[in-house]
Amino acid sequence: MKLSKDKVRHVAKLANLPLTSEEEEKYSEQLSKILDYTDQLSKADTEKVEPTYNVSGLTNIMAKDEVSESLPQEDATKNGTNIKDGFFVTKGVFNYE
Amino acid sequence: MNKVYETVIGIEVHVELNTKTKMFCRCSADYFGKKPNTHTCPVCLGIPGALPYINEEAIKKCMRIGLALNCSVNEQSYFERKNYFYPDLAKGYQISQLVKPLNINGQLEVEDESGVTSMIRINRVHQEEDTGKLTHVGSETLIDFNRSGVPLVEIVTEPDFHSSAQVKDYAKKLQQIFRYLGVSNADMERGDMRLEANVSVRPVGQKELPPYRVELKNINSFRFMQAAIEYEIKRQIWVLERGETLTQETRGWNETKKETYLQRSKEEAHDYRYFPEPDLPELKIDTLQLRELLRKQLPELPAQKVKRFFDEYGLNKAQIAMMADSKEMAEFFEEAVKVGSKYKVESIKVANFIINKKVNIEDINPEQLIKDIVNQNTGMISDEKELEKVVKEVIDENSKAVEDFKAGKEVALQVIIGSVMKKTKGKAEIKKVKEILEGVLKS
Ligand SMILES: [Zn+2]
Repeated sequence: MKLSKDKVRHVAKLANLPLTSEEEEKYSEQLSKILDYTDQLSKADTEKVEPTYNVSGLTNIMAKDEVSESLPQEDATKNGTNIKDGFFVTKGVFNYE
Repeated sequence: MNKVYETVIGIEVHVELNTKTKMFCRCSADYFGKKPNTHTCPVCLGIPGALPYINEEAIKKCMRIGLALNCSVNEQSYFERKNYFYPDLAKGYQISQLVKPLNINGQLEVEDESGVTSMIRINRVHQEEDTGKLTHVGSETLIDFNRSGVPLVEIVTEPDFHSSAQVKDYAKKLQQIFRYLGVSNADMERGDMRLEANVSVRPVGQKELPPYRVELKNINSFRFMQAAIEYEIKRQIWVLERGETLTQETRGWNETKKETYLQRSKEEAHDYRYFPEPDLPELKIDTLQLRELLRKQLPELPAQKVKRFFDEYGLNKAQIAMMADSKEMAEFFEEAVKVGSKYKVESIKVANFIINKKVNIEDINPEQLIKDIVNQNTGMISDEKELEKVVKEVIDENSKAVEDFKAGKEVALQVIIGSVMKKTKGKAEIKKVKEILEGVLKS
């Protein structure tokens, strides 16, 4: 299944990834191969299997509304590349959502 | 020749639930005014491998809202991932509901400014999670994930509104219901409750919906929302009358200029790629038997209370609106009426006294209120501060009598009381004057 360059561009945009046209070409091929690989799943015989999205088969598993401890600020922000006064910092984003 | 236009509005309301913990983790949901990123864990920070766990209390509260809005509860309900790329979401998706929301097909009656009622259809009441909070500073954006994952309920109507007054009434009624139910503080300014209006206009007689809609967003008061809708209706008709077309866009409200402004035009439709959240089990509501249980727990709702107050107390619309404004006010009023009946104080008198005197129910109890009403009827001064003022004046003017009293002449007290009675033209309660006098003189 060949993934068109338009599709690759669309997916890249959704993921906010800037791609060069060479990359678009390259990823179109690579992504197509990945899709072909996963497409093997459609060969499995699922005739007698009920459709589900959840493999646990459980329902109504819920937690009580009781607070447990959160991470300290230092730990929560430890992996951030840019931290200021306890905030994560990113380049400015406006008016998207 | 100008065409006659009709406004078409649909409303989306988001309301944050007041649960102790977040929707899918047990971090505290009480984020307001807390230090940034101190209420987070691997789940609400979106760290790969962390598994969400549904908050039972939030589900109950979401269903209570649904029941209060006359929705049917979906017997099977599940969560889905709404994918989009934005820094307020650590995971890259928001857990929400699309195909199987908890509650569907509700309705709520609204009124326009002239009191004409109409029914607004509610499409869905679903459960989702709030996002992190972004603060834009210069060329940077600061992210605080304390709010990330706080239970959020979204209520979506059909495009059934035709005026801004109906929208305002709807929003106020919803806020009142949230507070009656005790599921949220529903404070607009704090962002507990958020309104979005999809506004468009069409020539009267046209059946189909207009081919565009303008989304009014980030407006944090009922008044501003009403003003923004009014402005939008005028602007849109003006654009159409010039023969131009309107497009899908998002607009905000500039209160200084009293106009809406373009926030974002939608070049293309959103592509959220919803799919079922595989990390969460589905909900089967019947097996929980929650439905009946919750219905029984539902308090008397504003609309029912209004009707009962009309039947039971014979109040007029304005009086009822005030007396049933909050659950607390309604309870105070009914208690006062009960006490009042012993003193032949009618319910209308109670309501009027509360309204006219702008009684703060936190400062007074129903018994004292009735006492005040009775005293007012007899023309007695019931305000203790007022009485105290008079007593102090009299003391200043009768230093001789005061000295006599302090020297042990009990009879001097009668002179002072007499002066007070004279000054108040007999409208003071002697027992009370005596109490105040003794207090003042002995201090
Ligand atoms: Zn958490």
